This record gives sequence, structure tokens and C-alpha cells, in this order.
Amino acid sequence: MMRKSIMYTLLTLAAIVMFFPIFYAISVSFMSTSDIAERRVLPSAVTLENYRNVMTSVPILHYLRNSFVVASITTLGMLVVSALAAFIFAFVPFRGRQAVFLLFISTLLIPWEATMIPNFFTIQSLGWMNNYLAMTVPFFALAFGTFLLRQHFKTVPLELYEAAQVEGLSKFQFFYKVVVPYAKTSFVTLGIYGFLTTWNMYLWPLLVTTNDSVRTVQIGLRRLQADEVATNWGLVMAGAVLVILPTLLLLAVGQKQLQKGLTKGAIK
Amino acid sequence: MHRSKTVAETIKQYRVPSTRTFWQKTANYRTAALYLLPSLLLFSVFMFYPMIYSLYLSFFFTDAQGSATTFVGFENYLYLFQQASFRNSLLVTLLFVAYTVPASVILALFLALIANEKLRGIGFFRTIFASTLGMSVAASAVIWLFMFHPTTGILNAALGLIGIPAVSWLTNSTMALISVSITTIWMNTGFSFLILLGGLQNIDEHLYESARIDGAGYFYQLRRITVPMLSPTLFFIITITFINSFQSFGQVDILTGGGPAEATNLIIYSIYREAFIYYQFGPASAQAILLFLAVLVITLLQFKFGEKKVHYQ
Repeated sequence: MMRKSIMYTLLTLAAIVMFFPIFYAISVSFMSTSDIAERRVLPSAVTLENYRNVMTSVPILHYLRNSFVVASITTLGMLVVSALAAFIFAFVPFRGRQAVFLLFISTLLIPWEATMIPNFFTIQSLGWMNNYLAMTVPFFALAFGTFLLRQHFKTVPLELYEAAQVEGLSKFQFFYKVVVPYAKTSFVTLGIYGFLTTWNMYLWPLLVTTNDSVRTVQIGLRRLQADEVATNWGLVMAGAVLVILPTLLLLAVGQKQLQKGLTKGAIK
Repeated sequence: MHRSKTVAETIKQYRVPSTRTFWQKTANYRTAALYLLPSLLLFSVFMFYPMIYSLYLSFFFTDAQGSATTFVGFENYLYLFQQASFRNSLLVTLLFVAYTVPASVILALFLALIANEKLRGIGFFRTIFASTLGMSVAASAVIWLFMFHPTTGILNAALGLIGIPAVSWLTNSTMALISVSITTIWMNTGFSFLILLGGLQNIDEHLYESARIDGAGYFYQLRRITVPMLSPTLFFIITITFINSFQSFGQVDILTGGGPAEATNLIIYSIYREAFIYYQFGPASAQAILLFLAVLVITLLQFKFGEKKVHYQ
């Protein structure tokens, strides 16, 4: 009993500390300027003024749409490209496979930032500046994603493989009719992970966008902050809330799944 | 694993030399080439080639478009180490790592430990603790920027309540690095927490049961069962956190812009500034190569020394 109440106390305190910044941003986004000036924690009266203003002062909905497009395309591309490679590493033996696998592992040692200067030039020469291609295609191939899917593919039961043989399925049919449905949960994990990381990308979109056409909401938020700072914190917080809402919801829904999947990928 | 055999193992076992034609024999090669092509192509274009090109650029002077003009050997590297600005960036990065890595890991471990209890409503707490995983660097930095604000910020308001004078969070050079670190630690926690919680849940419950029968207390179990069994996960998280710290950019860009007086000019910010603000692609590439080497060495060292201390199940 004693132990239980200690645990609940610790949990509650930790939750308050960890969640305070998020809670506070939400709270401020509903405050009037005078409430903010008084450094209140909760709004004296809830107002939607900040949300109305953020919609009109910057093209935030346009930024949000861009982020959705970028994150969705990247996630999809990541799933397809990783799954294809994972299928080979799990089912198709050939001499030299280990070497190719090592090549994949070696990409984990390259910090992405160490390659950003040449990548920037590549994007420029391909004419991909201010284009969705620049923010999606370079992230399709992912060693982590390949390993995660491979781990799960390897657990496909023998019976399924035999049945596929008996049915006379080709490799590709076996892949998309048997393996993909079987490993649905790890696809969901990788999908959530891919969407979260792409949605939250910052440095790369900053480099490859120079106007609002395909600019993502993260860069939009930075602009909003730079333009509005010191004048209107409520508006900036409303922008921040709009930016984090999709990923927080996704996380709340998929947290269990993500935890299981990531643990598997990371440890086993 | 309860299943005795997986497809991969079985395929291996039943692979026998045969008298098939060359075309049939190479079937696997052709399939593999086809399926691996997208990954290999993308890795080549966006990973291997740029890595090599970074190395190449680091030995050259470049023009403003980034084309290599004059071969200068190690001149760019020497130039960097003569620059007070770069030496400062190295020092700041090391300090930043020292501030963030231990604190991140300890905080995440603490949260994972208390969230691993079997209590009613624990799912709610787990979601709260994991929530920073959904926070982007831009949103986190903007929110903390507001909290750090000298006059409207809630942190100074809170300090005022308990009679502590206001802190210049982002304008004092010592505090600025600490403020960026606080933001980073907070942002890192969600991911580390989730992985560590997963690791804790993988520990065999029987170990604790027998320990309890022997009358072992909470901290004894923690020291003798939890930490040793969790060590592979801890080892992984430490490595990841280390590398993440080296790669911090967004929080610096939004919170301090590298200032005051370069007090938060972390390595990635320094590379970004050198390349995309000053158009000094040679020295910037040299820095990128040094970053790569640092990450490589740390990863290898951690594998070499970490592995020995790590208990694998």
C-alpha cells in the first residue's frame, strides 16, 4: 500500500514536469494577450483569437498540407523500398548476401549531416529545389527499416512458405500475398516511425526550400516565430499546437505498437 | 521463439547443388538485384557518393557555387584548428554532450522504472512520458523559447515566486548552453523512455519472483537484476543519445542562433553556418568529415568497450 502511493506520487510528479511544456503551450494558445502578459498558467477566458490570427497571418494550412504530403510520400516510399530489401535478406539466399548486408549496416555509421553539403548540390543540379522530391526521395532507403522488417519476415512460419510453394506462387506473389500481410504489424510500426520523423524534419527542409510552395510546417513555425516574436506569443503557440497535434495524436494511438516494434528492432 | 524452424533456416537447409541451367541458377541473383536496386541506388546517390564527395571537397578551395577550384591538401583542416571559432565549437559540443547524455539516460531510465509498475492507469502515464517523441524540434524549441523568455517567461515567474532572481536563460553564455541542453534532454526523453520500457518488459518475471522469495528489497533487485538484464538496451540508448547530441541543430537555430558570442555554436550549427551562410564549402566539408570520424569512433568504442560490460540474455 505504502509502495503504491509512493509510485503514484512519483508518477504524477514526473508526469507534471514532463508534460508541462506541452500543456502550457496549449494553454497559452487559448489566452488573450493580457493573460499572457500577466504570466498566467491557465487562461482567464478561453479565446480562439490566436487560432483565427495564425490562420490569416501565415499560410499555416498550406504548410500543414505540405507536411502531410511530404510525410505520407516518404513513409510510403520507405515502406516499399525497405520491404523489398528486407524480403531478399530474409528469403533469397545468394553468394555475397552477407557483404551486401554489411554495406547496409555501414550506412548506419554515416551521420546524415556529414553528407548534407553534397546532397544539397545534388538536389540543386537535379532541379529539385522547392520540390517535394527533394524532401522525400533521399529518405526512401533506410537501413533501420530494412532490419526491422527483416526481423519480422524471418518469423514467417514454414507452413505458409510450403503452402505458397504448393500453390505455385512466384517470389513476388509470395512477397505481397503472404509476407506483407503476415508482417502487417511491423509495417504499422515502421509507418508510424517514418511519419513521425519525417513530419518532424527540420534542417533538410530548411536547406532545400526557399519559398512557401512546398515548405513544411516546421519551417513555417520558425518563420512565424521570427516574424511574430515579442509581439504575439499566443499566436506563435497556436502555431506550435497545430504543428504537434498530428504527431501527438498518432503517438497516442500507436504508442504501444511503436514501443513493441522499436524494442524488437533495437534489441533483438 | 517457440517455433523450431523459420523459412529462412529451412531454405538454407534444403539448398542442394543441382544441375540446373545457368539461367535458373542465377534466378536468385536476378531477384536480389531487382529488389535491392532501389535501396542500393538511393544509398549510393544520397549516402556513399556524398560521403566521398565531402571528403573530396574537404581538400579543396571552392567557389560560391561549391565547385572545387584549388587542391589544398590538409589546408582546410589546418585552417579549422587555427580558428578560435572552430576550437570553441568543439569545446561547446563536448560540453553539450556532457550535459545532455548522462542526464537524458538517467531521466529516461527513472521514468521507465516507475512506468514499469503494474498499476491501474499506468497506460496514461506511459503515454505522457512518451509524448515528447511526437514533439518536433521546431515546436519544442519555440515552446521552450517562450518559457525561457526573460520577462514573459514562466520559468523566471516561477523563480520569482520562491524569491530567486530572474535568470538570463539565453543571453548569458553559460546559461545559454544549459538552456539548450535542458530543451534537448526533454526532447530526447520520449524515445529513450519507450525503448528502455520495452527493455524492462522483456526481463523475465521469474527472476523477480525468486528474488522476492529470497526477501530481496527493491534496490537490491534493481542493482542485481534490472540493471544487468537491461544493459544491452541501456548500451543501445547511450550510443543513440550520444550520436543524437552530436547532431543537434534545430534547438540551437531557434533558441540562440549559436550565440551569445558563439556559446552555443554546436558542430552541426557550425557546419551549417560555414557552408550555407559564409559559403565556405571546403572548411565546412572538413568539419563534416571530422563529425563523421567522431561519430564513427564513438560508435566503435562503445561497441568494443560497451559489449564487455553488457550482459546479453
